[in-house]
Amino acid sequence: MSTTKFILGLFEDPDEMMDGIHKLQQSSVPIYDVYTPMPIHGIEAKLGVKDSRLGYAAFMFGCTGGTVAFSMLYYMMVADWSHNIGGKPHFAIPDFVPITFEWTVLFTAFGMVATFLFATHLFPGRTPRVMDLRATNDRFIIAIDAKGNTPHEDITKILKEAGAVEIKHNDRKYVSYE
Amino acid sequence: MASHSESIIREPLITGENITYAQITDDVLRPVENTPTKAWWIGFTVASLGALLWVVAVSYTFWFGIGAWGLNKTVGWAWDITGFVWWVGIGHAGTLISAVLLLFRQNWRNSINRSAEAMTIFAVICAATYIVAHMGRPWMAVYSLPLPNQYGSLWVNFNSPLIWDVFAISTYFSVSLVFWYTGLLPDIATIRDRAKGVKQKIYSVLSFGWTGSVKTWQRFETVSLILAGISTPLVLSVHTIVSMDFATSLEPGWHTTIFPPYFVAGAIFSGFAMVQTLLLVARKVLGLENYITMFHIESMNKIIILTGSIVGVAYLTEFFIAWYSGVEYEQYAFINRATGPYWWAYWSMMSCNVISPQLFWVKKWRTSIPFSWVLSIVVNIGMWFERFVIIVTSLHRDYIPSSWAMFYPTWVEVSIFIGSIGVFFTLFLLFIRVLPSVAMAEVKLLLKGSSEQAKKKVLAGGHVDAEQAQFYKESLEKFDSVEMADYAKI
Repeated sequence: MSTTKFILGLFEDPDEMMDGIHKLQQSSVPIYDVYTPMPIHGIEAKLGVKDSRLGYAAFMFGCTGGTVAFSMLYYMMVADWSHNIGGKPHFAIPDFVPITFEWTVLFTAFGMVATFLFATHLFPGRTPRVMDLRATNDRFIIAIDAKGNTPHEDITKILKEAGAVEIKHNDRKYVSYE
Repeated sequence: MASHSESIIREPLITGENITYAQITDDVLRPVENTPTKAWWIGFTVASLGALLWVVAVSYTFWFGIGAWGLNKTVGWAWDITGFVWWVGIGHAGTLISAVLLLFRQNWRNSINRSAEAMTIFAVICAATYIVAHMGRPWMAVYSLPLPNQYGSLWVNFNSPLIWDVFAISTYFSVSLVFWYTGLLPDIATIRDRAKGVKQKIYSVLSFGWTGSVKTWQRFETVSLILAGISTPLVLSVHTIVSMDFATSLEPGWHTTIFPPYFVAGAIFSGFAMVQTLLLVARKVLGLENYITMFHIESMNKIIILTGSIVGVAYLTEFFIAWYSGVEYEQYAFINRATGPYWWAYWSMMSCNVISPQLFWVKKWRTSIPFSWVLSIVVNIGMWFERFVIIVTSLHRDYIPSSWAMFYPTWVEVSIFIGSIGVFFTLFLLFIRVLPSVAMAEVKLLLKGSSEQAKKKVLAGGHVDAEQAQFYKESLEKFDSVEMADYAKI
């Protein structure tokens, strides 16, 4: 039995890689993931990756920030200790706008980025799960789980036809652990 | 998709022949992966001496109090707030490039956004040091925060723009930092995957384990877009609130409704000038001529003309409104600015900010690197004088003539100002040594469609309207990084 765990198709060109994905899909070869040095537009639709819901998260964080700020201002300026400042109203809504806005932005930014890092399992010190070191430089890599039933030679052939410059049969999933 | 070929009449965003994805990585990471050059060491030495001067002058201020400055009973704000507003304004260009130009899909931002955002962060750090320094007793800074205390709790006065400013500047700084660092993750991963040993370990921690998988990139793009969307109103709000520090007072010359838009335009104006000051040198020293091209320089100069003109119109409007208001104090404040004892500051401001950017209407000048560089410094001198004029000339002669006074800085204030420039450059030089100064992943996006080599291929392939091809070739003549001889035969 083959010890190959993952088959990687390394492409020099993003369009050839897209072609590779297309050809693999035509032959019903499941794709594990694709690693690229830059975002490839249109790839999510092709791979059937669902839209990111981070926008909803960001909106909720923004609402939270605005509510927290406005409530804090109301509590401090109106409810807890209302000062007489030149006889002007305590509940001076226009004066509350700048800080409410700032905290809306602050909560949105931090909440959304934290959600992004959490959902993507990114945090300082996490061991990078990299299949090929050139995926962050100049190679566009299609990774295929070798455990599937398609003969490995067929996968190799499809990748080669699509224009892969190199095809790797890796015994280990991640090279970055070495 | 990466291969979208764009209209031939657009100028290329990456010049040079045989640029590959690997080439972009190599070019951008050269200063990070090699030992520093002599030029870097010289720059770093000078900058850190400046930073040392800052440490000395600020320590002196904290030891003896702000009596060490040239302030008096009448002029209670001078070089400190001038420096603060100047630095905050400079910071604005970074956010403008990274956020507003992203929303407008201006792809030329891709190669300058990283260093401009770094500049934002360092400029805001310099500004924040002024805020702390001008308190005299910096440990009192905690009282600007609404923390429970033993006086009641006695809360801060949220009706005051100075408190809004505390929230605005801190939000601006932290959101900019998050935006910058998120954008850095893929590029730090690139350094990590090429490095060995300890360096690899450090960049591994800093990269948060970035892999570049489909889902990661998809989320990354969503995050970038939303951060750009919220940073755009944020950056406008920050300088609006800074201007309200003045505009909501009753001081003649400050109490005007034109301040918010006028300050924001001035901020972008000075910020772009500072980006030019830095990048014109950096592209040469770091060998990035193919990525930061003449098109980028010219585009930034065009923004300088636009914002400089807005500032010019604002100066004239202010003057007109002072007369039109019929308020004699307001009228005197402006007559005094132009003809009073600080006339030289006023006319320095006018000539640097209103006249000099108009020179960029001449194409030959706005595409000249030495000229652009000198003018970018002139603009920043002008913008410093603008804040000095607004702050000091309004304060030194207001309602009661018996309390009129002059302001002269002491060596301490001058040293803090020069020192803050040292701090800024020290941070910037460290940045270009340890982090990629160009967003590699974003520049790689442009390679297939918007690079000179891609367009050359389209030209060589024929099927291009002859008139458009001619237009394109003519537009290349201004580039200093394009070999025009190659185009003679196509």
